[in-house]
Amino acid sequence: MLGKIDDYFRNQETALKMRSYRQEILASNIANADTPNYKARDFDFKAAYESARAGQQTATLATSNARHLQPSLTIDLFAPELKYRNERQPSIDGNTVEMDTEMKEFTDNAIRYQASVTFLQRRIESMKTALTGQ
Amino acid sequence: MSMFRVFDVAASGMRAQSARLNAVASNLANAESVTSSNGQPYRAKQVVFQAQPLTANNKQSVGVQVAGVIEDQAPPKLVFDPKSPFADANGYVAMPNVNVVDEMTNMISASRSYQTNIDVMNTAKTLLLRTLSLGQV
Repeated sequence: MLGKIDDYFRNQETALKMRSYRQEILASNIANADTPNYKARDFDFKAAYESARAGQQTATLATSNARHLQPSLTIDLFAPELKYRNERQPSIDGNTVEMDTEMKEFTDNAIRYQASVTFLQRRIESMKTALTGQ
Repeated sequence: MSMFRVFDVAASGMRAQSARLNAVASNLANAESVTSSNGQPYRAKQVVFQAQPLTANNKQSVGVQVAGVIEDQAPPKLVFDPKSPFADANGYVAMPNVNVVDEMTNMISASRSYQTNIDVMNTAKTLLLRTLSLGQV
């Protein structure tokens, strides 16, 4: 029974964890908007969410020999690898933060976080309804 | 709860921007200071920012740190004023190398960045409050 409840909530829980992680990364980008040589970072939410849901690493390397090493599986699935954003307008101090992009992503992510919270809320409510039978 | 680290990141940004604002205020206030405690004309001060991971075991969330305050090495502005007691042999007085236009631009940039960090913090607060009220009817 508990495993089923876990399954029932896991989608939204995963989404919330990754949204809050992404919020943190985007906040870092915004805070460092004036830091010389800072490179804006982000991760691909869709790919990261899918691999976290499946509980496996996406980054398996193509090998041609059984003795070739694979990346270790110790990476936290909820803290996926960060990538660097391609800037549209290079700046002379080497900073690649573009405030409009970052604010757009930040707001977008915040709204989606709230949507996840709402979905989770509804799931809790319907589970309560089922448990009390009213 | 990594959302709490958003507060740390935004707060570090606000601290850094307020240090920059402080330097701007000092530069503007001393734009006409012919001499200072070391006998030389005042030199404009610039704050240098540095990105710094918040904790050693979590390298992802990066805050801002003030790496140092440097003095502008541009030569002082020379003003011809032979009557001044600070004039040199040719009658020129060395004035601070503060560029008022630069300083005003810096000020606007710093205050905008400060405001953006406050926005970030407010958003994180809203999200956290909604998360904390989960499961309550």
